[in-house]
Amino acid sequence: MLEVRDLNAYYGKSHILHGVHLSVGDGEIVSLLGRNGVGRSTTIKSIMGMVECSGSVKFKGEEMVGLKAYRVAHKGLGYVPENRDIFPTLTVRQNLLLGRKSTRKTGRWKDEDMFELFPRLKERADTQAGVLSGGEQQMLTLCRTLMGDPELVMIDEPTEGLAPKIVEQVAGLFEEIKKRGISILLVEQKLAIALDISERLYVMGHGQIVFEGTPRDMRENAAVRKEWLEV
Amino acid sequence: MEFLLVQTLNGISYGLLLFMLSSGLTLVFSLMGVLNFAHASFYMLGAYFAYQVSTTIGFWPALAIAPVLVGAIGMLVERWGLRTVHRYGHVAELLFTFGLAYLIEEAVHLVWGRSSVEYRVPPDLDGPLFTIFTSQYPIYRGFMMLVSVAMLVSIWLVLTRTRIGLVIQAALTHPQTVEALGHNVPRVFMLVFGGGAALAGLAGVIGGNAFVTEPGMAAAVGPIIFVIVVVGGMGSLAGAFIASLLIGCMQTFAVSLDWSLAGITIAQAAPVLPYLLMVLLLIFRPKGLMGTREG
Repeated sequence: MLEVRDLNAYYGKSHILHGVHLSVGDGEIVSLLGRNGVGRSTTIKSIMGMVECSGSVKFKGEEMVGLKAYRVAHKGLGYVPENRDIFPTLTVRQNLLLGRKSTRKTGRWKDEDMFELFPRLKERADTQAGVLSGGEQQMLTLCRTLMGDPELVMIDEPTEGLAPKIVEQVAGLFEEIKKRGISILLVEQKLAIALDISERLYVMGHGQIVFEGTPRDMRENAAVRKEWLEV
Repeated sequence: MEFLLVQTLNGISYGLLLFMLSSGLTLVFSLMGVLNFAHASFYMLGAYFAYQVSTTIGFWPALAIAPVLVGAIGMLVERWGLRTVHRYGHVAELLFTFGLAYLIEEAVHLVWGRSSVEYRVPPDLDGPLFTIFTSQYPIYRGFMMLVSVAMLVSIWLVLTRTRIGLVIQAALTHPQTVEALGHNVPRVFMLVFGGGAALAGLAGVIGGNAFVTEPGMAAAVGPIIFVIVVVGGMGSLAGAFIASLLIGCMQTFAVSLDWSLAGITIAQAAPVLPYLLMVLLLIFRPKGLMGTREG
């Protein structure tokens, strides 16, 4: 479904990505791991067309490199930013509304689905999103992107700084997303979650992919964990 | 009492006109980071277009046609000018709008000449609306207020009740995120720039005949609307509204007061007052009355 080949990206003069390659299959959950600053966020931003890059990003066989972010979104790629990037002055319901790409088409998700998964959001549907708690904002960014009905969703650090109970809820949402036939490319720092839910893993270091394999391969490979993941 | 009432009404109507100009400037600034030096030129174009249209088919069609024309020019400027210049950073954008302001002024000289044109209040709107004690209040001032308030309500409805309005609000703080959700942010920028220009054009249509339509009118009002945006707080519509009324009233009152201090009357000092306010505000409250960001 998603095929990334030889992806290079620069911020000004510094070379951030050095020929990154990865792939995500239909309905697959794939994690991209690595320490802070190794280029994981830049990788998914490049795929999304938010960072200038060279190389090849094929989504459903179509080249995405060179397209503007809004066009990439219309092709069916979804992006959930880190830092709970909600629109603070709009209500929860308005945030969800802006997740939709058009008012005519309805996708596989409705406001009600989100409210069922996260009853807290329903209670606060008409509240300004800026006053929600960190966990609630995180749920909202996820739900907002899903409202646009992506076929593959890229999620940047969804569990960072969340209470364990909310992390569980978020993991529950991933299951629901997968059930509806959507692929996930997850950027994570917590190895435990990634091992738990992914089918395949990639590890990044210095702007390159340094390991790829199944959660089982990773469990057995202490050297990779020590060199590239553990602090 | 009579003086107070009449001057307050005049101050409010002038303030509302200023808001019609500053609202577009502040929206464009907060969305695109562009401080548009040519904004007041759109005001001037509105007045000249209205003059031209009203001499051939009358004032009422001009009221609709002139702002639409100015808005279209605004969109063209954004699409084929600013968007290209944007790549080279804010300084290039600033210089671009600076040059554009001169370009428009010279174009006005070429087409309509260097002196003022006979753009008059239409006969249907000429005359007194009501009398306060002994002063007659002109219909046209009331009409200006009506148009300004209608415009104010429409902006508010568009921004809070429509999808495009929500996209604009969201893009004010998170343009990248909005674009990643599938919204064509460059097109939104073009529409906002065009909309801001159209509002300035409308202000020109109703202000050009109340005051004077001449090639210096952009340069006269331009600095004042910058003061309003700074005083109100960069990027705050509510701040721009309050600052517009404040400066509108301040100027109308000041020019008609003849109290003097050390030999200088307040009327003489009137033109300086807005700038004084701006300088003081920048020293003591740099983010402006309602602004959210510094500077």
